[in-house]
Amino acid sequence: MKLGVLCSIIRLEEKLLFEALRQRGVEFTKIDDRELVLDMHQSHYDYDVILERCINHSRALHTLKILNDRGVRTVNTWEVANTCGDKLLTTNMLVKHGVPTPRTYVAYTPESALAAIERLGYPVVLKPAVGSWGRLLAKVNDRDAAEALLEHKQTLGSYHHSTFYIQEYVNKPGRDIRSFVVGDQTICAIYRSAGHWITNTARGGRAGNCPVTSELNDISVRAAKAVGGGVLAIDLFETDKGLTVNEVNYTMEFRNSIQVTGVPIHEKVIDYALKVGEQAEVARACR
Amino acid sequence: MAKCIECDADVKLGSDVETGEIVDCPECGTELEVVNSDPLELARAPEEEEDWGE
Repeated sequence: MKLGVLCSIIRLEEKLLFEALRQRGVEFTKIDDRELVLDMHQSHYDYDVILERCINHSRALHTLKILNDRGVRTVNTWEVANTCGDKLLTTNMLVKHGVPTPRTYVAYTPESALAAIERLGYPVVLKPAVGSWGRLLAKVNDRDAAEALLEHKQTLGSYHHSTFYIQEYVNKPGRDIRSFVVGDQTICAIYRSAGHWITNTARGGRAGNCPVTSELNDISVRAAKAVGGGVLAIDLFETDKGLTVNEVNYTMEFRNSIQVTGVPIHEKVIDYALKVGEQAEVARACR
Repeated sequence: MAKCIECDADVKLGSDVETGEIVDCPECGTELEVVNSDPLELARAPEEEEDWGE
């Protein structure tokens, strides 16, 4: 099997994935996106499967599209990266598939964004559609703050900051949930606890094991399927109406989650990638 | 053993070090990237960009 891992800087996750591959004696190629030169007229790439582990969303997105359209299977696919990398598209697919997700409005000017905020009611959360690790999230508690933030976003932001993604604020019990879906199963989940309303572990949120109830498994797998499926981390809130999906991550980080859950997430990811590779080998042999 | 490019301190790296891995200088705390694992070579780690994440 010809397996590649598309990456750039190496996080603990990538080290664990490499180790899992080496322990199984699976040969792989580390493809550093910083060294890539992609000939758009090249029609073939000699890989059965490529596991995407880029830290840059834009590089993952373009490279996956080029690979997928030239017959290379990837984990995850361009479609999944495209949807999950943009919160607006994620929300769109969750709503389309009936997966509970917080009420969200989209607007394109400061004036209409202010109207949307007032309609949703304070507090609200403004997020850049593209962004991760809790970056540039803003909880807006009143009109003064809304006006100031909208002006700043318009003045300072690049074009994609002029799409206003406005979400109802969900009062969390000091924690949220991250569940890990591989294929059609929620393999484990963690609580991310923090004194702050932003609970990303990248921002200091502490991870603790979260039991995978049938409710959590069901909504997590449905969310994963709604965005195209594969190997995904689902971020959820607990509300008085049940679980609701905040976002879906397609290059999941799991360094803090292996020990507290006892589940070897990196091994499960490799299992899945190898299965996709085997399917590609079979398909190639049949040609 | 490699040298921090900022303060010249010794930076101990495990045998399983990977090219592209990010390590912190134990002395000055500078984030460094292993740009070569044999021989060991460090460079300043790239800054976080707007579309970095998961």
